[in-house]
Amino acid sequence: MQSGNFLRNIWIIMKREFAGYFGSPVAYVFIVIFLLLTGFFTFYISSFFEAGQADLKGFFQWHPWLFMFLVPAVAMRLWAEERRLGTIELLLTLPVTVTDVVLGKFLAAWCFIGIALALTFPLVLTTMYLGNPDVGVIICAYLGSFLMAGSFLSVGSMTSALTRSQVVSFILAVVACLFLILAGFGPVTAVLSGWAPMWLVDLVSSTSVLSHFASMARGVLDLRDLIYYLSVMVFMIFVNGVILQNRESA
Amino acid sequence: MIEVKRLTKQFGHHPVVDNISFTAEKGEILGFLGPNGAGKSTTMRMITGFFPPTSGTVIVGGSDILTQSLAARRKIGYLPENAPVYPDMTVSRYLDFCAEIRGFGGSAKKQRVGETLERCFLAGVRHQAVNTLSKGYKQRVCFAQSILHDPEYLILDEPTDGLDPNQKHEVRLMIREMSATKAIIFSTHILDEVDTVCSRAIIIADGKVVADDTPDGLRRRSASHGSVVLTVTGAATDGMRKRMAALDGVASVSVVETDVERTTLRIFPDDPAVPVADRVIASVNQDGVRIASVFVEQGRLDDVFREITTGTRP
Repeated sequence: MQSGNFLRNIWIIMKREFAGYFGSPVAYVFIVIFLLLTGFFTFYISSFFEAGQADLKGFFQWHPWLFMFLVPAVAMRLWAEERRLGTIELLLTLPVTVTDVVLGKFLAAWCFIGIALALTFPLVLTTMYLGNPDVGVIICAYLGSFLMAGSFLSVGSMTSALTRSQVVSFILAVVACLFLILAGFGPVTAVLSGWAPMWLVDLVSSTSVLSHFASMARGVLDLRDLIYYLSVMVFMIFVNGVILQNRESA
Repeated sequence: MIEVKRLTKQFGHHPVVDNISFTAEKGEILGFLGPNGAGKSTTMRMITGFFPPTSGTVIVGGSDILTQSLAARRKIGYLPENAPVYPDMTVSRYLDFCAEIRGFGGSAKKQRVGETLERCFLAGVRHQAVNTLSKGYKQRVCFAQSILHDPEYLILDEPTDGLDPNQKHEVRLMIREMSATKAIIFSTHILDEVDTVCSRAIIIADGKVVADDTPDGLRRRSASHGSVVLTVTGAATDGMRKRMAALDGVASVSVVETDVERTTLRIFPDDPAVPVADRVIASVNQDGVRIASVFVEQGRLDDVFREITTGTRP
């Protein structure tokens, strides 16, 4: 009974959020920009056609950097907007728990990003038309990309709960995502490995989204990567709930 | 019954709500008054479970808002200050959402939403997005949301704020109509509203309850309660004033205004419960002047309000 209510509440909140995305221009602007940017990076920077290889490496390698900006843009309105409008007061006095609401909102936003990601399918079709790519690798890379987006989204959702200003929320989330990326970025680990012991370098780079994404983008489905993404999300969503429960103002 | 028990909220070290206790029974419309910043909204937010109190608690129909929060919230309908509603949603979509989250589905949901739309005069705008509506309509949409599930307890934070006089009248009528089976707490700045709507009023200032009484009871606290205001033709004469002051049961007489044509006097009785108007009228007749008007002051709520919340006599 209790878990039935839980799922039902999450579903109702998700539906409302979704209606909110597509009821405003936000959703369409986001999807168009995401598709344009992935197209631009894949074809012009990674030279998809000239590379002469039937894989999507040149497509997925840009995802961490694109998501670093685009996912916080989706996440920033999650709570900051509710606080600015005052609708948070109605939302949190409904007979639902904070967990219901946080999860409902998060899942709606995640599904939305999933839709944007799924709309890149023509690229997959093109690759399959041109050559014989490993479909398993592509699916695994999509999954990795989706999980990475979820991690960034959980960070953005948390920073959004901190403030009623969407701009502040956006900047905080971008900085946090940048940190998550840079901890495993080649130049940064190179600087560290000059003086730090190996275990420290490994530890720092293992907190990075980049290293976990890289292996999944190569088609390696490792349980540790899944655990990494899920624990980032669970932790951030938990902090998000704690922040909401302890807020002292609307 | 809503029982507010020793409710306190501190922001930093400053208590915004300081040890407030009161109860509201079903059938009662409780007016919640106080200057801006007195802690009205904060108290309502604690009653509805939006913030946890620093100490104390609220029992809503037997459910504690802290320990049985969901059960308590199910019994409450809440209209927050400024009536926030999602701007991109249409009115009926929004009410559908509220009905679903409150556990209505299928035909029960349809019926609820339909009835509420009719009741709040929103049927004509049901397919319009909220951000295309005027302030009065937005207020009604939010009000509709609060009564959708027919809650036993209604908490309304300035429900008539920003409405035109006709809309205010409609909202007051709705509140009164619903009061028979519900306990309603509503905050307002408009003292007339207290008179026309409330069965009881609580005044809070600096986070404390400073008065808890019926509107009539509050009015009785006014310094001018029971005084006779008399307007006669002609200028004021000292003789007339002295004679009135000497009447049995009269404490003092003051001249409100006077000119050659008319004089208005205010006659304060010793005891507001013992009428002195007849004696005053009889003594005027002896003077040979004519009475233009006479009435017994019931006291003014705004005087009482000012006196209680600022500690100054008018």
